[in-house]
Amino acid sequence: MQEQVKSDSLLGVNMDTTKTGAVAQASKTPATVNPNQKLAAKDLNFFYGTFQALHGITIKIHTNCATAFIGPSGCGKSTFLRTLNRMYETIRNSRVEGEILLDGEDIFGLEVSHLRRRIGMVFQKSNPFPKSIFENVAYGLRINGYPNKASLRDSVEQSLRRAAIWEEVKDKLHQSAYSLSGGQQQRLCIARALAVDPEVLLLDEPCSALDPIATAKIEDLLFELKRSCTIVIVTHNMQQAARVADYTGFFLMGKMIEFNVTRVIFKNPAHKETEDYVTGRFG
Amino acid sequence: MLSMRRKIVNAVMLTLTGLFAFFAVSILFFVLGYLLWNGGTSLSWNFFTKLPTPVGETGGGMANAIVGSAKLLLLATCIGVPIGFLGGVYLSEFGGSAFSSLVRYTTDLLNGVPSIVMGIFAFTVIVLPQKHFSTLAGGLALGVMMIPISLRSTEDFLKAVPLALREGAMALGASKSRAIFTVVIPAAINGIITGTMLNVARVAGETAPLLFTSLGNRYWSHGLDQPTASLPVMIFDYARAPYDDWHKQAWAAAFVLLSLVLAINVFARIVLGKKAQAR
Repeated sequence: MQEQVKSDSLLGVNMDTTKTGAVAQASKTPATVNPNQKLAAKDLNFFYGTFQALHGITIKIHTNCATAFIGPSGCGKSTFLRTLNRMYETIRNSRVEGEILLDGEDIFGLEVSHLRRRIGMVFQKSNPFPKSIFENVAYGLRINGYPNKASLRDSVEQSLRRAAIWEEVKDKLHQSAYSLSGGQQQRLCIARALAVDPEVLLLDEPCSALDPIATAKIEDLLFELKRSCTIVIVTHNMQQAARVADYTGFFLMGKMIEFNVTRVIFKNPAHKETEDYVTGRFG
Repeated sequence: MLSMRRKIVNAVMLTLTGLFAFFAVSILFFVLGYLLWNGGTSLSWNFFTKLPTPVGETGGGMANAIVGSAKLLLLATCIGVPIGFLGGVYLSEFGGSAFSSLVRYTTDLLNGVPSIVMGIFAFTVIVLPQKHFSTLAGGLALGVMMIPISLRSTEDFLKAVPLALREGAMALGASKSRAIFTVVIPAAINGIITGTMLNVARVAGETAPLLFTSLGNRYWSHGLDQPTASLPVMIFDYARAPYDDWHKQAWAAAFVLLSLVLAINVFARIVLGKKAQAR
């Protein structure tokens, strides 16, 4: 919470400073930025059939930081997110060229279920299973063979606490997940993803269907999660990227135009397209 | 002038369509009412507990036909539903384009095959080699009839499960088949059960495929290897017999059969309604 306030005010100041002021600020890399790479993509091309959706994406995603991808609809940011945990494989005729490394290890060489346990995902529209709240969170643990009943309960509670929803659901764990509100359902989905203790959490426009209060709760939550988890978030909402992310990448027409510390992207972008987009002149 | 003509055409068409709609509904109520009147008055406790009596003796019941029908339907379900269900899972979840459309087309054709032809099929593969009629042959005929509807309803209900649920499960490390069996099928199970019940209700009244497979029996039929009585065939036999007493029994049997089918239909709607609430 404190961190968020600090960072918000930091950005608030930035928003008011002139460009040169922002450059001076940006050069001082914030202490939260971790130089270690969690994920790295190199020359990544992606095809839906013959249509090329991504062109030569190269990026380094830093450990325990939040990285945001912004860009207009259809620019490939969600597609890129879905290559990181190989979710694109469910789409017929899709094809990837290039390399993605998780802790230096090629993800295409990993067992896909193992990869997805390490890289969790939260979707645009909350998608709880038609099961109880408890069973939703326990699902990932069960399919990964979690035999001990008592520790299953503990893990479910811990995951719900990490997703900041425990207090709201602790008395109705065995009710249907559909009894929750939209924002609660999305936090439940985050809890479900956290239950298998992923190293990276991918979020594909997690707040696009939520009201501002529910959105703020999820942003608070992302701030907390950053301590223990690398976060990659796709968002349409530039304020959200500015609030949440340490690093931001701007996508346009399947290319990554620019990738840098968030403040630089918003205050002193190197490319004309980025500036047009973040200032709202385009997109 | 024009508007007057339009009003008249409107009135005439409204009356005509309304009249025919009423006609369609009244047929059902006429059948129901007639059956209720004749069947209800012919029904007694003996009908459920006694065997048929020899010609000339009054009284008796159709206990063997009720049990026989239950056995036939159970056997048919055991044959038709697993094939239809797993085939539907394949079509919905794993089907490629060419083979799937072939399967779909073939099952639709199978659905249109006259029921008596299904009877001939079971007669050919079971009755002829065994050289006797049996519950097994009747169950097979009805079971094959259940496959197309079971398959297509399973496919439809599975396809209605949102892609987001499959993705949610797979994003947690579940394999495709694991996701299907732990998330997709549970999400669709109420619909699949409803489809199965309606399917059973539909074949419960089939007579033609039973005529030369399970044949009929005036006594208890043990196991699956003997000819067995069934309610539809009993109605057929008793209704065309020249005895008033038998006609009454046929009415009672028709009443019981219809009640059974209606009960299954109503129950199926309740199960499906529960699903709508859970969503």
